[in-house]
Amino acid sequence: MTAANPLVAIRNVSKKFPGVTALSDVSFEIKRGEIHALMGENGAGKSTLIKILCGVHKATTGSVALDGAETVFDRPQDAEKGGIRTVFQELNIVPQLSVAENISLGSLPLKSGLVDRKKMLKRAADALSGLGAHLPLEARAGDLPRSSQQLIEIARALMGEARLLILDEPTASLGENESRQLMNIVTGLARRGVAILYVTHRMHEVEAIADRVSVLRDGKFIETLDAPMDEAVIVERMIGRPASSLYQHSRRDPGRELLTVSGLDSATLRDVSMSVRAGEVVGVAGLLGCGKSDLARACFGLHAIQDGGIELDGEQIAKPSPSGMLERGLVYYPSDRRTEGLVLGRPLFESMTMGSHGPAQISRKGFLRTQKESELAHSIAEELDLRPMQLDRVSGKFSGGNQQKAVLARGRLRLAKVHLFDEPTVGIDVGAKADVYRLIDNYADAGHGVVVISSDLTEIIGISDRVYVMREGRIAAHLAGSDITEENIARSFFAAAPA
Amino acid sequence: MTTTLSPERTAGPATARRSMQFILTTGLLPALLILMCVVFAIVEPRFVDGPNLLNVARQSVFLLLIAMGQMIVLINAQLDLSVGATVALTSVVVASVTAASSGGPESVLLGLGAGLLLGVVIGLLNGCIVAFWKVPSFMATLGSTSVLTGLALIISKGAPIIGLPMIFSDVLATSSVLGIPVPVLLGVVIAVGMGVFMSRTVPGRNMYAVGGNRTAALVAGINVKKTVILAFVLCSVLASLAGILLTARVGSGEASLGASFVMLSIAAAVLGGTSLFGGEGVLWRVVLGVLFLGVLSNGMNLLHVSSYIQELVIGIVLIAAVAAERLKRVA
Repeated sequence: MTAANPLVAIRNVSKKFPGVTALSDVSFEIKRGEIHALMGENGAGKSTLIKILCGVHKATTGSVALDGAETVFDRPQDAEKGGIRTVFQELNIVPQLSVAENISLGSLPLKSGLVDRKKMLKRAADALSGLGAHLPLEARAGDLPRSSQQLIEIARALMGEARLLILDEPTASLGENESRQLMNIVTGLARRGVAILYVTHRMHEVEAIADRVSVLRDGKFIETLDAPMDEAVIVERMIGRPASSLYQHSRRDPGRELLTVSGLDSATLRDVSMSVRAGEVVGVAGLLGCGKSDLARACFGLHAIQDGGIELDGEQIAKPSPSGMLERGLVYYPSDRRTEGLVLGRPLFESMTMGSHGPAQISRKGFLRTQKESELAHSIAEELDLRPMQLDRVSGKFSGGNQQKAVLARGRLRLAKVHLFDEPTVGIDVGAKADVYRLIDNYADAGHGVVVISSDLTEIIGISDRVYVMREGRIAAHLAGSDITEENIARSFFAAAPA
Repeated sequence: MTTTLSPERTAGPATARRSMQFILTTGLLPALLILMCVVFAIVEPRFVDGPNLLNVARQSVFLLLIAMGQMIVLINAQLDLSVGATVALTSVVVASVTAASSGGPESVLLGLGAGLLLGVVIGLLNGCIVAFWKVPSFMATLGSTSVLTGLALIISKGAPIIGLPMIFSDVLATSSVLGIPVPVLLGVVIAVGMGVFMSRTVPGRNMYAVGGNRTAALVAGINVKKTVILAFVLCSVLASLAGILLTARVGSGEASLGASFVMLSIAAAVLGGTSLFGGEGVLWRVVLGVLFLGVLSNGMNLLHVSSYIQELVIGIVLIAAVAAERLKRVA
């Protein structure tokens, strides 16, 4: 641990793609056993830098030194040999195989040509206990929650001699609780001497565990900051202007009830009642699996209801369906943009306008008015600050924040009065977050009813007029005004609802 | 990030690179089709004769209609294996209906009506089985293939149905308008119509969304079931139309017609760049795919290549085409 050289030294690294400079002249160092956060807005160059470190891309100019020795990784395998392991956001798990098989994936222990099951199980058990985690070794990986799949991937990454573990937004799709667990594991690893390069958009995680944070903006290295860190400073470095206030929350007087849910029962919901009034932002908080997402999905017709009533602006809805609810002015924005929001292989504007051609009057008698469609898509994209403005690029090539904005476009294309946002800012950068909060606030100002379902407590507290906290399918607490505090919400996550 | 508003394409690369780019993005197919035509024209001058070219068009119409239908179903991330059996049953039904008619001009309309109605019914059945019972389309249409073939054999008792009125073949097979055979004219008009439908109408656009990401389409408020059923109906109606035209050309109703169209229609659609996984496919490219297969088969006939070897060549071409497309995407 006393070696003079840093574990990894990134020196003047630039990366040019045809037409784009993704990184220009980036230099910083990663020390042994430190948790080094890498932050920046989407498109700032974080992914490119990671890919250079793990051998997927080659730097156009500049170098990477490992232990003081300049190194060129031609292939990902070279980086692996150098002790650099990466867990990407898209998990690399074979759902049909067991936990143990997944951990040994690609390097199954063999005995006379056959899989040595005993050794494989032992290896998996050792790897997981080294992380302080417990998973059923024989269970099918696909049956486990995403947080467990992530542990499998980390366990696999740490096989052999790992010196730098790169985690690309590891908590992006985890709930509060799982995130905390993962952060404990990460700090444990760092204590064992593994350096961690931790990419995240979640500020409180950085504050909690990072020793240092490096900030990129527009492909350039801005600064490396030491702990303790000031959130305002980091945000300012990331977006290049002072972070006055990320959250927008205007004072409003709520109007009539727009959405009323009473006594809703389903496979995951128990007697849930909720009301949303015009000009109100209602937050729904809860741990992963508490049913908060299913509540919104039930209102929209994506989650089967067994009992209870849904009333939209005075109209009793017997059997909600997505198309029917959209027609009545209720819009649900899914949390998983890639699987439920966009058609990844098609141009982005098609995903923006899909399902809304009639209401947006960009079709006449079934025929598309393509000129008008394109104009409308562009004006909405401009309003939401969607970048880059090449709306005929396929959706899959846009960053998370911009994909989210494309999904949000559907609320601007139709006459909506109730908006259900399901984890609206998961995996998107600070700049895009501010845009989303502005949109939400504007909707409420315009007299719409807004529901925000979120695992991000600071977000819920920052933008909500009222908050429902859910636990095990029930409403555990209903908070308003000054009662909306982190303590109150977190207490309701676990304890029984106060009488 | 601040300069991204100006599109990259204003950069203006060299023309050579641009034409290479054109071949890569537009696909090898147009280039190969032209190359093949040139080769056939050099080796066998009869290939470029007016009558021969018209013949290629005439022979390709049936496949064109069916391949367009198959493309629509494929774009919805489904598959229709029953197109061949639809052709067969349509042929038998249309022949029975017209043979029993007065033989006047109305028998043409009667035949067309019966055939197209049958197409609608078959499409509705296939579509509803897939949409409501959630049977994978591969199995659903494999099953309906068997049912339709069985029906065709029962109705025809396994023998050709003869006695079609002359006027039926006269109008739908041999007559011409402005020197263009009626079937070819029909094929062109329908191809244009389908092109407009897929690219310029809401149901057409919805099909790309449903095939590209079914859940996202549902969440966006698209009626996914209706869209899928419509695709199957269009496909079956086009197959039925092909069956009607084929019956008029053969002059009898045959339960054995059309079996080869299943493979060929998928081949033509995929040659034209239609994705087997849905959400991707452009009509004019499928037209090129059909022409490619038509020219290939015509050229080989002119060169007296045996039909056994032709089978082999078409199979290899198909695999090579798909492989080229895949490799291009990886690169």
